[in-house]
Amino acid sequence: MRFSGLRVLKEGLTGNKGWTPHWRDPEPKAEYDILIIGGGGHGLSTAYYLASEHGLTNIAVLEKGYIGGGNVGRNTTIVRANYFLPGNSEFYSHSLKLWEGLEEDLNYNVMHSQRGVINLFHSDGQRDEAARRGNMMISQGDDAILLGRDDLRNMLPYLNYDSARFPIYGGLYHPRGGTARHDAVAWGYARGADQRGVDLIQNCEVTGIDIANGAVTGVQTTRGPIRAKKVAMVAAGRSGQVAAMAGMRLPIESHVLQAFVTEGLKPCIDHVVTFGMGHFYISQSDKGGLVFGGDLDFYASYAARGNLPTVEHVMEAGVTLMPMIGKAKVLRSWGGIMDMSPDGSPIIDRTDTQGLYLNCGWNYGGFKAVPGSGNVFAHLIATGNYHENATGFRLDRFRTGRGIIDEEGKGSQHNLH
Amino acid sequence: MRITCPHCGERDRREFYYRGAAVDLDRPAPDAGEKAWDSFVYLHDNPAGETRDLWYHEGGCGAWLVVTRNTVTHAVLKTELASQARS
Ligand SMILES: Cc1cc2nc3c(=O)[nH]c(=O)nc-3n(C[C@H](O)[C@H](O)[C@H](O)COP(=O)(O)OP(=O)(O)OC[C@H]3O[C@@H](n4cnc5c(N)ncnc54)[C@H](O)[C@@H]3O)c2cc1C
Ligand SMILES: [Zn+2]
Repeated sequence: MRFSGLRVLKEGLTGNKGWTPHWRDPEPKAEYDILIIGGGGHGLSTAYYLASEHGLTNIAVLEKGYIGGGNVGRNTTIVRANYFLPGNSEFYSHSLKLWEGLEEDLNYNVMHSQRGVINLFHSDGQRDEAARRGNMMISQGDDAILLGRDDLRNMLPYLNYDSARFPIYGGLYHPRGGTARHDAVAWGYARGADQRGVDLIQNCEVTGIDIANGAVTGVQTTRGPIRAKKVAMVAAGRSGQVAAMAGMRLPIESHVLQAFVTEGLKPCIDHVVTFGMGHFYISQSDKGGLVFGGDLDFYASYAARGNLPTVEHVMEAGVTLMPMIGKAKVLRSWGGIMDMSPDGSPIIDRTDTQGLYLNCGWNYGGFKAVPGSGNVFAHLIATGNYHENATGFRLDRFRTGRGIIDEEGKGSQHNLH
Repeated sequence: MRITCPHCGERDRREFYYRGAAVDLDRPAPDAGEKAWDSFVYLHDNPAGETRDLWYHEGGCGAWLVVTRNTVTHAVLKTELASQARS
């Protein structure tokens, strides 16, 4: 079924009885060419691009829960390409370009909204850093505008510009950045993959990875064993457990990141605004809810919920920055399990086991990467070669110390990112 | 989350700095080789369930603690001084 304006009109006039399920619910077959472990954003986009760009369709995505139940449906939906270091910047630039054609490509409304992302700065030194980052973004071919205090005040009159601790000096404005509806991204890729013949198998937990003579031969699941020549591990926060089934230990620690949403309000925040110094960022959803978050809770966790100190910290930072939101009522908060890598950058690579591939280490920034990650990972799985925009995400960079991509300049060590 | 410091008693989690997995107590010898050091610095068991990690009682007595915790429920099961856990 294709979506179109005409179709919406017709269904609207005839009681919406003609809509069909977006994807099939097939039984797993005994064997596939490629198995993808994890039906999050990255697993689904990998399957989609394997089918759409490489013509490979004898593929199953194995998801232990339901499509969209992981981080892909828990994030705060920011999409941007404002990275600084080689390795990251060409990759996120590639991903943003895919976002810009995504809705037509998928024939699906993912509500991608390029409303602009603004990173605030609060000192002369930070302004220099923002200018430098902006120049890197421009030389990568993306967009950046350095806004002074007065220009920013015209755009965002509601900020507290004169806080004693963090007076606002200006902001780095990335107009092509923005948000998208996260569930729709999962559903759109799921539907696109399914339409091209990929089997999406939900409620199917992988419990073992079969390896013989150094090559992968299939997996064990709660719905029986499935054979395959190639297996891709794309389990985000659960990557450590999945890789352990293949006898691997990963440079990954799983942490909890929380997010919050208020009751629906009239439109008041038109952009994504980030207040790095206060560990706070915010945007407003199309339904009117203020969607905001802060930093990690900072301890290893698989609970998918956090503790109160972080809640308090995020609320304090938010009200300091935007006193006007103080009266908004928070409706919900939740947490997601983040796959934190030592340098804060992802891993997209093959492993020492023939036919076994790894995609993880997305930290708190993997939503914007969903198109790019699936695209370059599909390229690696299909052709055996690294995609030109993803040559830096090697697994061995930690062991060798060569090619660390430490975007924040904090050091390559868990608990610093 | 509250953590019981052997010196100071039960305290708010905010008084503590989190260091990470308690593997830090088993530092390899300087010449142990690349593999041992890679394993020590980067590769983690990252368990979903019971884990042991290092916390520093920054806002209290300044002791390093080994905390046995459940990463799925956030229950704190046991705390001991790192100096004792090590010996
Ligand atoms: C609160 C929060 C805010 C965030 N905000 C942003 C943001 O604004 N911008 C941004 O770019 N990123 C953001 N992120 C990060 C982003 O959401 C993640 O990096 C990204 O979604 C991870 O990739 P994924 O979608 O594939 O993960 P997931 O959706 O978690 O997919 C992994 C899937 O693997 C499945 N799985 C695990 N183990 C098994 C198994 N054994 N067998 C079968 N299936 C298994 C899981 O059930 C899950 O569905 C945020 C994350 C959180 C939690
Ligand atoms: Zn103490």
